[in-house]
Amino acid sequence: MPAPAIEPEQFRTQISDWIMANCPASLRNQPMSEDSIVWGGRRWTFRDDDQRLWLERARQQGLTAPRWPTEYGGGGMTRDQEKILREEMGRLGAPPPLESFGLWMLGPALLAFGNEAQKARHLPPITRGEIRWCQGYSEPGAGSDLANVQTRAEDMGDHYLVNGQKVWTSYADRADWIFALVRTDRDAPKHKGISFLLMDMETPGITTRPIRLISGKSPFCETFFDNVKVPKENLVGEVNRGWDIAKYLLTHEREMIGGGARGLLGGRSLGAFIDDLDDGALTDPVIRTEAMAAEVDTLAFAMTMERYKDHAEAGGGVGNASAMLKYYGTELNKRRYELLMSAAGSDALEWDGPHGTLAAEWLRTKANSIEGGTSEVMLDIIAKRVLELPSA
Amino acid sequence: MTSLLDTEEEIMLRDAARGFLDGAAPIAALRANRDAGRPHDPGLWREMAQMGWAGVLVPEDAGGAEMGHRAAGILSQEMGVTLAASPFLSTAVIAATALRHAAGARARDALAGIAAGETTYALALDEGARHAPEHTALRAERAGNGYRLSGSKTFVADGSTATRVLVLARTGGAPGEAEGLSLFDIDAERAGLSRARLDTVDARDHARLDFDAVEATGDDLLGEADGAMRLLRPALDAGQAALAAELAGLANGISAMTLGYLRERRQFERAIGSFQALQHRAAHLWAEIEVTTSAIANAGRVLDQTPDDATLAVSLAKARATKTADLAVREGIQMHGGIGMTDDHDAGFYMKRARVGAEWLGDYGYHAARVAAARGF
Repeated sequence: MPAPAIEPEQFRTQISDWIMANCPASLRNQPMSEDSIVWGGRRWTFRDDDQRLWLERARQQGLTAPRWPTEYGGGGMTRDQEKILREEMGRLGAPPPLESFGLWMLGPALLAFGNEAQKARHLPPITRGEIRWCQGYSEPGAGSDLANVQTRAEDMGDHYLVNGQKVWTSYADRADWIFALVRTDRDAPKHKGISFLLMDMETPGITTRPIRLISGKSPFCETFFDNVKVPKENLVGEVNRGWDIAKYLLTHEREMIGGGARGLLGGRSLGAFIDDLDDGALTDPVIRTEAMAAEVDTLAFAMTMERYKDHAEAGGGVGNASAMLKYYGTELNKRRYELLMSAAGSDALEWDGPHGTLAAEWLRTKANSIEGGTSEVMLDIIAKRVLELPSA
Repeated sequence: MTSLLDTEEEIMLRDAARGFLDGAAPIAALRANRDAGRPHDPGLWREMAQMGWAGVLVPEDAGGAEMGHRAAGILSQEMGVTLAASPFLSTAVIAATALRHAAGARARDALAGIAAGETTYALALDEGARHAPEHTALRAERAGNGYRLSGSKTFVADGSTATRVLVLARTGGAPGEAEGLSLFDIDAERAGLSRARLDTVDARDHARLDFDAVEATGDDLLGEADGAMRLLRPALDAGQAALAAELAGLANGISAMTLGYLRERRQFERAIGSFQALQHRAAHLWAEIEVTTSAIANAGRVLDQTPDDATLAVSLAKARATKTADLAVREGIQMHGGIGMTDDHDAGFYMKRARVGAEWLGDYGYHAARVAAARGF
């Protein structure tokens, strides 16, 4: 891709020319659906050749991880360039060539906390879509109280021995590796005895079991660890300091989940989506009023995401304020889906009806304000850490 | 679009404005004005003019500071924090923007008068209970070389104190049509114009203006006959954005007051701010304020960069600010409990000004509908 010194408008032209020349026509301007997402991984099968071709071309240009350094397979772009790339992809209807927890979460964590060997080993396969990662955070007794993790990693001299159970591990049954929070010191205060460990899912002793959700889908699993031997080199950062990485990643995750409200409709107005579902729905005064209000809030929220990113970029960090993005974005997303369901009426009630999987998507949004920290935990964080209101 | 973060210059402007207003225009000043029956303090406006605030949108060659709309928004927002009353919005933002769009030496002189703090303006626009410029019925009939204006305007901000009045009149077409409207710039003391201050809840200057065959010369016509919208559209955009900024500042002001109260007020042997029920509501309000802050900054940036295409940004800001200020004052009064209901406490001033700001220059429904229209539905 072009050198960072290039003028923004020239960069925009180059990017859009490149997208038009390289993104297969069959992929462009298609509605978002489950099978349009490319997750990658050892066992991945592409839906069609065009999907494979698009990933291949994009990753050669570093476009699967636009902001990562080029030596790890990234695009080496500035934030403004990435923004232009995103805008042009949205404008031209080009889908993301690859999506994954490796790109969203593990990569940023390794770039911030990993050693050189870990970065060189794990980052490039992520950008190529060769290794699919999952996140092992929550446990049956560690939901909102995440630091209560009980999965143990015992120091056996030349390796760690891991025993315990994770829950809500997204796509664990399809992932190749897991990054997990494990307890390495049972005597320390709960935040101080946690480490951040990487494990190959093919290691003997790891098993997964999908959890069926109200949406009928099973994007989450229970994951069990039974005397799993993990090489010591797979510990990221310092031993017992994993909570720092967890907090860093939660910030990322919250921004990402919160951003779903914007990513969902990719710049199209809510009115246009409602119109697509039922071209008479907007004449209903209640639907129309709610759609206008949701559109107002969505646009202002998208601006807020940008403002916070600019703030982080300028060195200000986002920190606890990411709780706001998570809270607001997920509540907004739920509101938008309620509205889409109302607009579609009884046509939306079949699992696979005139509007495809809308019902399942609607039900899925109910998890948005639970996963990655509930709305109530986000409000607690804002009240205590941002507004500094007194404790009981 | 450039960043919505404040630049270093903007941070300095904000800090300077805050420092000045805390000293010169605390809420106590609003209370004193109200008790004296005075809508605002002319001395305060002179000081603001000396700092360049009156000329914030006036070109440098007319003696202005020409700081732009984002800067005007920052000043307006800070005024909202302590509810500082001044002719800023009517004069420095709305009238100055209309005059900037009218060419000629006359407009330039008028702008110089604004920047100097000598001339203040009121925009006489609405005739009914809702903002609707196209519903103007006030007639301007040709009379010799000039016009004769007859009709009434209501809810004219700064209408009883301004030295000049920008009046929207119908020179053609029928009420309900956006065409056939003309804008006149006349002396507020002109024969046939009577002004009656309305006793509004916010204790500011809002007036009813009655025009009984008021003479206007061709020179008093601002811009072209039947061409008011070319001047009025940008003036309203600017005014709506600055009013939105004031409402956002108002939300900041009452929210800070409420958070202070949550920390100090004790019941059941603990600070009431330690109760989760109140914490969550305070946190939700903060989130709404943050989201609105972005829309305010965006409107200022768009008006400075692409002013001809600002409707979406401006209406988004006014809609958001109206809703957020409303939430902030309702939560403010409720969380203060009984004390917030007393006139001795300042919280009520915020609620009353928020209500007026919600209606002025278009309410939530008006602006939400404009956002939807700009977004294609």
